[in-house]
Amino acid sequence: MPPAAPPSPVETIKAASRRLRGTLAESLADELTGALRADDTQLIKFHGSYQQDDRDLREERRAQKLEPAYSFMIRTRTPGGVVTPAQWLALDAIATRYANHTLRLTTRQAFQFHGVIKHQLKATIQAINQSLIDSIAACGDVNRNVMVSPNPVESRAHAEVYAWACRLSEHLKPQTRAYYELWLDERKVAGSGEEDEPLYGPVYLPRKFKTALAIPPYNDVDVFANDLGLIAIIEEGVLHGFNVAVGGGLGATHGDARTYPRLAEVIGFVTPDRLLAVAEAVVTAQRDLGDRSDRKLSRLKYTIDRIGLAAFKAEVERRLGEPLQPARACAFEHAGDRFGWVEGHDGRWHLGLRIESGRVADRGARRHLSGLRAIARIHDGDFRLTGNQNLIVANVSAAARDAIERLVAEHGLDDHRRAPVRRDALACVALPTCSLAMAEAERYLPELLDRIEALLAVHGLSDAPIGLRISGCPNGCSRPYLGEIALIGKAPGRYNLMLGADACGRRLNRLHQENVTEAQILAELDRLFARYAAERRPGERFGDCLLRSGLIAAAVPSAGAP
Amino acid sequence: MSALPARPATALSPDTLAQLTRLTEGLDRDALQWASGYLAGLAAHTIRQAASVPSAAAAAAIPATIVYGSQTGNARRQAEALARELEQAGLPRRVLRADAYPLRELPAERLLYVVVSTQGDGDPPDDARAFVEHLTGRRAPRLPQLRYAVLGLGDSSYPKFCAVGTLIDERLAALGAERLFARGEADVDVDTAAASWRRTALTQAQAVLEPTPALATVTPLRGPAAPADATAWSRKRPFRAPLLSNRRIVGRDSAGDVRHVELSLQGSNLDYRPGDALGVWPTQPPGLVEAVLAALGADREQTVTIAGETLPLAQWLAARRELTRLTRPFVAAHAQRARSAVLDAALAADAADALRALLDGHQLIDLLQRYPAAWDAADLVAALRPLAPRLYSIASSRAVVGDEVHLTVAVVGYEAFGQARAGTASRFLADRGEDDAVPVFVEPNERFRLPEDPARDIVMIGAGTGVAPFRAFVQERSESGAAGRNWLFFGHRHFRLDFLYQTEWQQAHREGHLHRVDLAFSRDRPEKVYVQHALRRRGRELYDWIENGAHLYVCGDASRMARDVDAALREIAVAHGGHDAESAAEWVAALAADRRYGRDVY
Repeated sequence: MPPAAPPSPVETIKAASRRLRGTLAESLADELTGALRADDTQLIKFHGSYQQDDRDLREERRAQKLEPAYSFMIRTRTPGGVVTPAQWLALDAIATRYANHTLRLTTRQAFQFHGVIKHQLKATIQAINQSLIDSIAACGDVNRNVMVSPNPVESRAHAEVYAWACRLSEHLKPQTRAYYELWLDERKVAGSGEEDEPLYGPVYLPRKFKTALAIPPYNDVDVFANDLGLIAIIEEGVLHGFNVAVGGGLGATHGDARTYPRLAEVIGFVTPDRLLAVAEAVVTAQRDLGDRSDRKLSRLKYTIDRIGLAAFKAEVERRLGEPLQPARACAFEHAGDRFGWVEGHDGRWHLGLRIESGRVADRGARRHLSGLRAIARIHDGDFRLTGNQNLIVANVSAAARDAIERLVAEHGLDDHRRAPVRRDALACVALPTCSLAMAEAERYLPELLDRIEALLAVHGLSDAPIGLRISGCPNGCSRPYLGEIALIGKAPGRYNLMLGADACGRRLNRLHQENVTEAQILAELDRLFARYAAERRPGERFGDCLLRSGLIAAAVPSAGAP
Repeated sequence: MSALPARPATALSPDTLAQLTRLTEGLDRDALQWASGYLAGLAAHTIRQAASVPSAAAAAAIPATIVYGSQTGNARRQAEALARELEQAGLPRRVLRADAYPLRELPAERLLYVVVSTQGDGDPPDDARAFVEHLTGRRAPRLPQLRYAVLGLGDSSYPKFCAVGTLIDERLAALGAERLFARGEADVDVDTAAASWRRTALTQAQAVLEPTPALATVTPLRGPAAPADATAWSRKRPFRAPLLSNRRIVGRDSAGDVRHVELSLQGSNLDYRPGDALGVWPTQPPGLVEAVLAALGADREQTVTIAGETLPLAQWLAARRELTRLTRPFVAAHAQRARSAVLDAALAADAADALRALLDGHQLIDLLQRYPAAWDAADLVAALRPLAPRLYSIASSRAVVGDEVHLTVAVVGYEAFGQARAGTASRFLADRGEDDAVPVFVEPNERFRLPEDPARDIVMIGAGTGVAPFRAFVQERSESGAAGRNWLFFGHRHFRLDFLYQTEWQQAHREGHLHRVDLAFSRDRPEKVYVQHALRRRGRELYDWIENGAHLYVCGDASRMARDVDAALREIAVAHGGHDAESAAEWVAALAADRRYGRDVY
C-alpha cells in the first residue's frame, strides 16, 4: 500500500476540479493576464496543453513591468503518429495562423504547437478538432498518446498493430466532458462535473502513464521506456499477441537518489483479444497502488520497485482474472529510424525523412514546412511520425515517387543524407519555452553536432552511427538515458555527460562526468573516440565498445529481457 | 492680512512662531489655505517618518518577517515550517514570497529571516530576482535597525553552491544590519542543515521578540524637517532632479518606446499631489544643434544678444530655442530668404492643408537642408520660438515613493527625409542616464484631483501614456486605504507588448486596490477596439457607478481619444439612463460642473 502521507497539492487540485474543469473558464476570461490561475495550469495539461513562457524574455520583461510572455503549447493525441495529407495541411494552417509557424514532431509521435496565446487557445483547439484530431489526455496524469512502431515495410502487421493502438487510446481516454464543454461549446447536461470515470476515478492516475507498441525487430518507439510496453509477436505475417512489459520511465531529479531512470520488464504475453483488459489491469493497479503524496515517486516504476515485480504481476493477473502466458521470444535489432525510400510488402513506397529535433519550419534553404505542405497537396497516402522525431511519407504509389522526390530536393528536405550521428540525434524542446529546462537542447544541437562531427572526422569515424541525445533537464523527453552519448542539462552551458547505452533501447547509459562544460565534454569525447577508432570490433557500436573495454563504469542491469 | 490669530499654539516655541510668521507674511487667503494644506501634508509625512523609525520598545509589536525565494518549493517549505514553529511559540510572524514582499517596508523591519535557493549558475530563483536586485542596488536603504539571518539552499554539485544566500547574507551586513547567527547552507538533503538552522532561528526570535511591558512614549528619532521655502523652485528656476532610473516599459517588439523615468526630489522640498504634472526643461541633442549650425554655416561660438541676454549661438540653440516645432511666422521668414516656390505655395492664403502638412512633417533642420537660405545668427535666434518646458502627468504618489517623482514618457521618434527625428523632451529624458540631472518644476492641476471623500468610487480612463496619473491615483488610494472602488479602463496597441505597468496593475488587483480593469488593445484582433468600445461594453455598470457618485477621469490624446470617450459617455447616458441626445450632453456637462469628470488631455 502507498505510504500514509498527505496527498500532493496536485491531487487536491484534481479532486476539487469537477472532472478537470477547475476554474479554467474563469482563467480564460481574465483579460488582465495571459496566464491561467495556478491550479488551472495543472488541469489544462489533461486537455493537452501546457502553459509556458518565453524564458529568453523573462528577465527583460520583469524590468519592463510586464508579466512573462506567456503562451501555450498544445499537443495532439495522434496514436501511432498517423495523419492524412488533409490533416497535415490543417495542422500546418493552425501552426501558421495561431502558433509560431512551426510544427514540432515529438518523441512520442504527437504534434506540438508552440506559442499559442491565451485568447486564441480556444480557437486553436477548435481548429485542431475540426481536422478530426484532438488533444485530450495528450498530457496530464492519464494514459497519453499511444506509440506504435512506424514500420512501413511490414505493411499488414503495421496496420493491425496500429488499429490496436487506436482502440487502446480510445479505451484509456478519460470520460469527462470537460474538454468538449470548455473548448467545443458542448452544452452542459445534468451530471456535468460528476461524470463517471470508470477507469480513472475522480483523481485520475498518480502521474503520467505512457504506452507504446513495438513491432520487432525495430525498437524505434523505445518500448522499454514506457510504463506499459507491448511488443507485437508476429510470425509469418500473423499477429499472435503481445509481450507485456511494465515499469519503464526515464524521468529523474538531479540530486535526488530516490529517483532514477528505469527500463520496463517483461512479465508475460497476452493474445490480442486480451490486450485492452491487460492494459486496464496495469492502469488500475497503478491507479490504486501508486504514490499520491510525492509526485517525484509516483510513476509506475517506483510502485513496482516498492512492492516488487512479482507482487505487481500478481496484482495485474488478479485484476485480469487469469494468469499471463509466458513471454514469447523476440529480438530487437536497433532503435533508430530507416531513411530514404523503402518498398513495403504491398508494393507501396515509404520515404523516411530526417526532421532535426522534429522541428518542421522554414529556415533558410531548409524550407521543411513549405516542402511538406507541397507534398501533402499531392500525396495520396499518409504521414507517419516516428518516435525519433522524424517523418515518413508513407504509402506512396510508384508513380508518385518522382514528384515527391522533386519536392524533397526543392525544399532542402534531404537531411537524411547527412552524417549518421546528426541523422540519429534527438533533442527535447528545452529553452526558451520549456519551464523545466536548465540548459539548452534543441537550439544548441546543431552547433554541438558540428563540433562532434568534426571530432569524428578526425578519428575517421564520420560514418559511424552513434546515438546522441540531449535534454535540457533530467525529465527525459528526448529519452537521453538511452543514448550512447547523452547530455543532460544541469545549468546554462553545463551538462551531465552520460555514456554507454546500447543501440536498441535495452541498456541504459550511466553518468560519466557530472556538471561539465562543452569544452570538457568535447575533450572527453575526443579521447574516447580515439579509443573507439582503435579498439572497436567489426560492427561494434560505440556504447558497446566503451562498456566492453572498460572505458566507462560497469553496466547497470539491462532490462527488458523476458 | 495679518499673520497669525491671537491665540498662538502652545506647541510652538517663540522662535518657531516667529519663523512661521515670517513665512506667512503677505500671503493672501487662497495662499494661506493652500499653505495650511501643505503644512498638514508635511505633518502627516513627518508622522509617517516617525512611525517608520519606532523606538526599540515598540519593536515588540513588529513581527518577524520570513521572506523566501523558491524555484522548486524547497525554500518555501522551509520558510513555512519556520513560520509554523514561530506561531506555535506564540511569536508574531509573517511569511512572504520575495516578489510579494513590499520592499519599502525593509527599513521598518526588526527581525528578518531570508530563505533562498540558488539556481543554475548562481542565479536567484525567479521570484527573488527583484528582491536581490533591490538589496544589491545602490538605492538599497541602510538597515541599522535590522537583525537577520539567512538560510541558503543549493546543490553542492554546482560550483556556485548557495551563492544567492551568501550574497544576501553579506549584503545585509554591509547595509548595517546585525547578523543574528551564521548562515545556514542546505544541500539537496535540505532538512539536514535546515532543521538546525530553524531551531536557532526560533530561539533567537524568542529573545528578540520577547514583549516588553510598559511601553514608553515613542519619541521620534528625527525631528521634523526644517521648514523650507517651498516656492524656491519654479518654472523659471527649475530644480535639477537627479535621475534614479530610466527604463523601457514596453516589450522588445513594440512599435513604440515608452520609458518609466524616476527622478529624485530629495532636498528640493518640492511637493506634488496625484494629478499634478511635472514640467521638464529639455536641452536639444548636441547632434541636432551641430547639424543646424552646419546647415547655416554658422560659428557656434558667435555671441547673440536678445532682450539683454548674451549667449553663444550654440547655447541659444541648445537650451533656449525650439528646434523641432516650426511655426508659420518662421516658415514665412525662411521662405523670404530661401526664395522657394514650394514654401511660398504652402504659405498662400488658400493652402491651409499644405501648410499644416509642412509644419507637421518638418523640423527646422529639414527646412534648412531642403530649402537652403542665408540667415544672420541674431535674426535666426529672434525668429525661432523660445524653448518651452514640456509637462508630464506625474505617475507616482508621494505616499508610496517618498522623495521621488515618476514619469511615463512616450519617446517620440520617427524618420523624415532619411534621417532620424525625435521629440525634444522625450528624447532628452530617454537619453538621460543615472545621476544626470533633469531641470524640473511642479505644475499643480487642481482640475484633476482625487475625490476628497475617499469612499467615492473612481473610474480612470486612459490610453497609452495617459495611464500615468492613474498609477499615482491607485498608489495614493491603496496607501491611504480609501474605501471607494477603483476601475481602470486602459487601451494601447498590443496586450503582450504595450500593457504599461501590467505587473503593477496585477498586484494592485490581487491586493484589492484595483477593483475592475477593462482593456482595449487595438492591434490584437482583426477588429480595432479602443477604450471607448470598452466603455460602451460596460455601459450599464459604468452608468450605475456614475449615478452612485463615482468620479470620472480621462487622460491622454485630446484630439481623438478624449473626444471619442466623451461621445461614448453621452451614448451610455442615452442607452442606460433614458436620456435623449440633448439631456445626455447636459448630464455629461453636469458631471464636469460637479468636478466629477476630470480631463487631463493633450
